[in-house]
Amino acid sequence: MPLQRSAPLAKKDQGDHVHTAAEFSVSYTQYLNAQSDIVGELPSWAQDLEVLEKFYRMMTLTRLFDKKAVALQRTGQMGTYPSCLGQEAIATGLGYAMQATDVFAPYYRDQATQLIRGVKMEEILLYWGGDERGSLYAEGPSQDLPICVPIATQITHAAGVATAMKIRHEKRVAVTTCGDGATSRGDFYEPLNLAGAWQLPMVILVNNNQWAISVPLEIQTASETIAQKAIAAGIPGEQVDGNDVIAVYERCHQAIERARSGKGPTLIEAITYRLCDHTTADDATRYRPPDGLKEAWKIEPIKRLQTYLHKQGHWNETKEQDLISDCEKQINQAVNNYLSAPPQAEQDLFDYLFEETPNAMLEQRQHMLDKIAVERIAK
Amino acid sequence: MTKMPPLQKTLVEAVNLALSHEMRRDESVVILGEDVGINGGVFRATEGLREEFGVRRVFDTPLAEALIAGIAVGMSTQGLKPVAEIQFMGFIFSTLEHIACHASRMRNRTRGRLHCPLVIRAPYGGGIHAPEHHSESTEAMFAHIPGLRVVIPSSPKRTYGLLLSAIRNPDPVIFLEPKRIYRASKQELIDDGESLPLDVCFTLREGSDITLITWGAMVNDTLKAADQLLQLGIGAEVIDVATIKPLDIETILCSVEKTGRCVIIHEAARSFGVGAEISAQIAERGLFYLKAPIARVTGYDTPMPYYKNESHYMPSVQDILDCAEQTLDFVRPAA
Repeated sequence: MPLQRSAPLAKKDQGDHVHTAAEFSVSYTQYLNAQSDIVGELPSWAQDLEVLEKFYRMMTLTRLFDKKAVALQRTGQMGTYPSCLGQEAIATGLGYAMQATDVFAPYYRDQATQLIRGVKMEEILLYWGGDERGSLYAEGPSQDLPICVPIATQITHAAGVATAMKIRHEKRVAVTTCGDGATSRGDFYEPLNLAGAWQLPMVILVNNNQWAISVPLEIQTASETIAQKAIAAGIPGEQVDGNDVIAVYERCHQAIERARSGKGPTLIEAITYRLCDHTTADDATRYRPPDGLKEAWKIEPIKRLQTYLHKQGHWNETKEQDLISDCEKQINQAVNNYLSAPPQAEQDLFDYLFEETPNAMLEQRQHMLDKIAVERIAK
Repeated sequence: MTKMPPLQKTLVEAVNLALSHEMRRDESVVILGEDVGINGGVFRATEGLREEFGVRRVFDTPLAEALIAGIAVGMSTQGLKPVAEIQFMGFIFSTLEHIACHASRMRNRTRGRLHCPLVIRAPYGGGIHAPEHHSESTEAMFAHIPGLRVVIPSSPKRTYGLLLSAIRNPDPVIFLEPKRIYRASKQELIDDGESLPLDVCFTLREGSDITLITWGAMVNDTLKAADQLLQLGIGAEVIDVATIKPLDIETILCSVEKTGRCVIIHEAARSFGVGAEISAQIAERGLFYLKAPIARVTGYDTPMPYYKNESHYMPSVQDILDCAEQTLDFVRPAA
């Protein structure tokens, strides 16, 4: 369906009785373009190639981990999994822009952010492997919310977290992510509106990967940008090149520190492309034109940064091979930990529902345990 | 400690008293909702609280119920104890995703790392000639969600004690206030912070001939019916279920064992509701106590009618009496 934008009802040049009530614009930030050239002047932190190398390492680890996770699903060793292929720069830039004491309310393609914040790879695998302990974050970010499957609801929770921070006068920030599909939901608009009304210490990062399963962005919205949806809420909204980790980090860092200093929330729309299926249960060839995918691979984030590091004389094939083997070592260890995790106690599915299991549930709990005992004997 | 003077309070004033008591006692308690601030709530349940505790602890939200429930989830994971008001139960539906997918599961899905000690309060029920969507009784909808408590008080004293418990409870509680009896009568109560236990029924009157099981505003009607039965020489045991879920079936079964006859009375639509669950559990566990079929006096499986027809929908004292008499008269056919 071709997009038809409605003409403005009244124009300024119609006469003195019409004037402009408000005017807005939306910025787009890109430092490292698709040809791996620097656009304009880099922020000073990004002139340190060690920092960019750190980003590159995390993006590479994420991609290799992601590939392994898909392989685990394909070989029947893990359940349905949503790949983050192509979105590594967004989650990496965001993760490094946050402080440990901030709170992250993720959606489900934030693997890099979660790893940076101390969530273990085996926990991510446990979560998608059907084990609640994957959200325990045993040695990680104890206040972060778990992966959120019901679309956009995490944004409302993040607004609640930010409200708690504001009530307590804390210098902390609630950071949340979502996809472009989520921006159609009330749970995007309602907390966005609240964040503006209450000037919450909050940053919302939209991963605009162009697809909500099979529905492309132009069917989600007639809005020229997602970022401009923030303007209606009275908060700044801006776009970044989501395949440029430098731009993502810089704009996230600015937004997070702005929120921390009491200046209120920001919406960032990071533009990228989902290079994978929606999840391992999806087949994007049913709906996604191959040309778009081919074009998207040409501008993907990891190769872009790698080429830049090469150009700067900071990277070479030996370093690349060392990095890959180091990543694979870590990933294999995590996979071993995942596969060898002892099973949960069966009664945990009852025992963590309430602080104290109500009497009314004890019979059901016992029933399950008896059933399991009988099954064991039968084996 | 100086002895507290007894106060004469209505049910809605008891809500206010419990909220203010707990806010004084526990700094992490905050109140949010539509019009709960300067207006003190449309039923005045939060009147005076903003003045006493300030805008950081008592705040008006934008008009968005899903938002109210969702931010309560977020706040509660950070150690606050939000008490959120949904202005009328008819507007609670958009909160369901946050309640069913998050509040009720957070402890479980993080294996105890995070939990949601929140209370969602809503006035519920009909009988006050309110506009459309202001008179619903959908407690069963919440009772069906694993991980939730559903609590319904029926007197000022029980409101005070149960609301204190609901706020102190470390897990999410749906606290439904029978607005038909918000101001029906005053009761003497002492603001001493003494809570009442959750997860138990209250036996309001003892009797050995028939058990009347009910909750919320129907408790008053049921007590009236029990009075009239007593004049006929019939002893009706009246049980206020109070905590709808988890259900204290033991108290109900003990009573049914004694009386052998029972009527379940609720305002909500008849089918697939809390009455059906209680009936099923009595049948499962106490079938042979029964001298008559389990009976129900309920609203109909229709939407709550506009108020001109409200009285046709609402169970009446006479309905309870008629049903109780049928149940009492029932004689098991010879085999």
